[in-house]
Amino acid sequence: MTTLGPMGVEGVAAAARVTSVRRRRHGSTPASVALLVISGIWLFPIYYMLIDAFKPNNDLLHYPPQLWPAQWTLANFQEAFKVNGAGPTVPQPSFLTSLFVSAVVALVVVAFSMAVSLFASLAVARFNFRGRGTMLVALLVAQMVPFASLLIPIFIELNKVGLIATIPALIIAYVAPVLPFTIWTLRGFVASVPVDIEEAALTDGCSRLSAFWKVILPLIAPGLVATSIFAFILAWNDYVYAYIILGNSGTVFGQTEETASVWLFGLINPSRVTPWGELFAASLIFTLPVMIFFLIIQRRLAAGLTAGAVKT
Amino acid sequence: MANVEYRQATCTYPGMSAPAVDALDLVVEDGEFMVLVGPSGSGKSTALRMLAGLEMVSSGEILIGDRVVTGAPPKARDIAMVFQSYALYPHLSVADNLAFPLKQKGVSEPERTQRVLEAARLLELEPLLDRRPRQLSGGQRQRVAMGRAIVRQPQAFLMDEPLSNLDAKLRVQTRAEIAALQIRLGVTTVYVTHDQVEAMTLGHRVAVLRDGVLQQCDTPRRLYEHPCNVFVAGFVGSPAMNLDRLPFDGTVVRVGEVAVPLPGAAASAARQAGLSEVVLGLRPDALFPVTAGDSNGAIRLSGEVHLVEDTGSDAWVHLNTPGSPAPLRLVARADARHLPSVGERISVAVRVAEAHVFNPTSGLRLGD
Repeated sequence: MTTLGPMGVEGVAAAARVTSVRRRRHGSTPASVALLVISGIWLFPIYYMLIDAFKPNNDLLHYPPQLWPAQWTLANFQEAFKVNGAGPTVPQPSFLTSLFVSAVVALVVVAFSMAVSLFASLAVARFNFRGRGTMLVALLVAQMVPFASLLIPIFIELNKVGLIATIPALIIAYVAPVLPFTIWTLRGFVASVPVDIEEAALTDGCSRLSAFWKVILPLIAPGLVATSIFAFILAWNDYVYAYIILGNSGTVFGQTEETASVWLFGLINPSRVTPWGELFAASLIFTLPVMIFFLIIQRRLAAGLTAGAVKT
Repeated sequence: MANVEYRQATCTYPGMSAPAVDALDLVVEDGEFMVLVGPSGSGKSTALRMLAGLEMVSSGEILIGDRVVTGAPPKARDIAMVFQSYALYPHLSVADNLAFPLKQKGVSEPERTQRVLEAARLLELEPLLDRRPRQLSGGQRQRVAMGRAIVRQPQAFLMDEPLSNLDAKLRVQTRAEIAALQIRLGVTTVYVTHDQVEAMTLGHRVAVLRDGVLQQCDTPRRLYEHPCNVFVAGFVGSPAMNLDRLPFDGTVVRVGEVAVPLPGAAASAARQAGLSEVVLGLRPDALFPVTAGDSNGAIRLSGEVHLVEDTGSDAWVHLNTPGSPAPLRLVARADARHLPSVGERISVAVRVAEAHVFNPTSGLRLGD
């Protein structure tokens, strides 16, 4: 254009908006103290697990408990990683294999539930079809059913088709409660992408599919991350389903396997002395992937959750 | 560049009985700036979206450059669209936004870069090329949206109320910029707005729609001076035309005690139609306050002032004039330097030659 206005004024206005977004709010002191106390209560068990993983066995049952180890050791980790019962207290199979089983189950649950919920959320957010309202209500109602109460029906169904005690059975059992949440959440993200943007992509030369890949998908990426984490944590952390459906008789790779959560609980055996040091060391290793993953993407997760909630 | 043609183009939304656009016949010549205007729900945006391929055409045809595109997807139409919300891609920089349509077209990277830089230079976007849309002001976003359309060098520009999200001052400025750009590029443009000032200032021709039906398509001057029906007369012009249904005795209409003669052709048409009433239309410009001493022989109406709108350069005086069966409310243009006060009784002279006359039943214009 030939006669353009004061660019400087527009630039300053835009810069001011950016600054205001960056401005932080400061809470009141009592609220900060309350927050610290609550955080302390929540963080203490994690702290205790952390230090006990590095204490020698003799110090673990010391009374009063040591809040800071008098001696540091890596022996607990070495014991935990000893393969196939090389140590006297470690049950079979190895901790490393159980971690691998947990990772496979969690990642397949994430991949499968994301693939399905991505397209399902697009369908319920963008297309009008018969039964759409009913489907949305069903998604909502499904989330209200407690996870544990689904265990017996799912067990019976899986048993009927002969899948019990297999890794696919466990994956199916996790996908069932994950999907309603991920579809519902992703639907919010898809709906928050203005239709105009999709239409702009169509007039700019995209097909419906390429508009989805090139425009919608990058915009709902925070939602994908948020829902992936939910699915991952559910599958990684669960004990009850893993114990009942897979037990320690999973048949992946032709061996009997179990998930890491079941393996950890296997260390607590009334017939012998519980190896607390190894239990804490293994628990710490078990917790680390989720914690590291969460710390890396937490900023993006927060942005993703709020972006999906409110149309801006 | 190409001409654009609607042939009996109709769009009926699923579940609706009335069409949103009803048998639209309209030709936009090559290089022409056509404005579609009308109130909310008139079908102007739907007509534009039908042309873009974003809305199904229920019946009829749409042609771009003599090629029937009725069922073609948007990407096969070689058009570029500017949306009301600008619809920039939030995850891409300004440069990538501008390059996006070229990438889809398979334009090579060196040419892409060159064309993006050319468009950025034209729109003074060069300093902003690395920014994301959220870091831009409304005016800057609007220019990026324009740039994304320009860079493609399409057969036609389609613009859906592109100025409505800007503040009043920026809107006037950008309006002039769009007009200058269209003249410079000479690309056929179809522009949708509900703002008749935008329509009148931008359009080579303006198509007025109502309830999905094209009312009139003409130059802005012709629309203003020869509206084809009561709707167009009332819609075009600000303030709106004074339109009143008045008794007609074969020669004159009666405004209270005052006899206002009609233009010859209009009176003749009204007589032939056997009308005892007509709708008389007087633009505020055709009424001007006069003092008691003025004796230029003009027809005068008198009334009490109930509102004065002073816009600086112009002033609009609202007055109640005795009429039958009810008093008439008239708006007259006044000299902003000599304004009457509210409650004052004034007289306004009528430029009878500028009167518009309409059939009260069909709403159609009577006379030439």
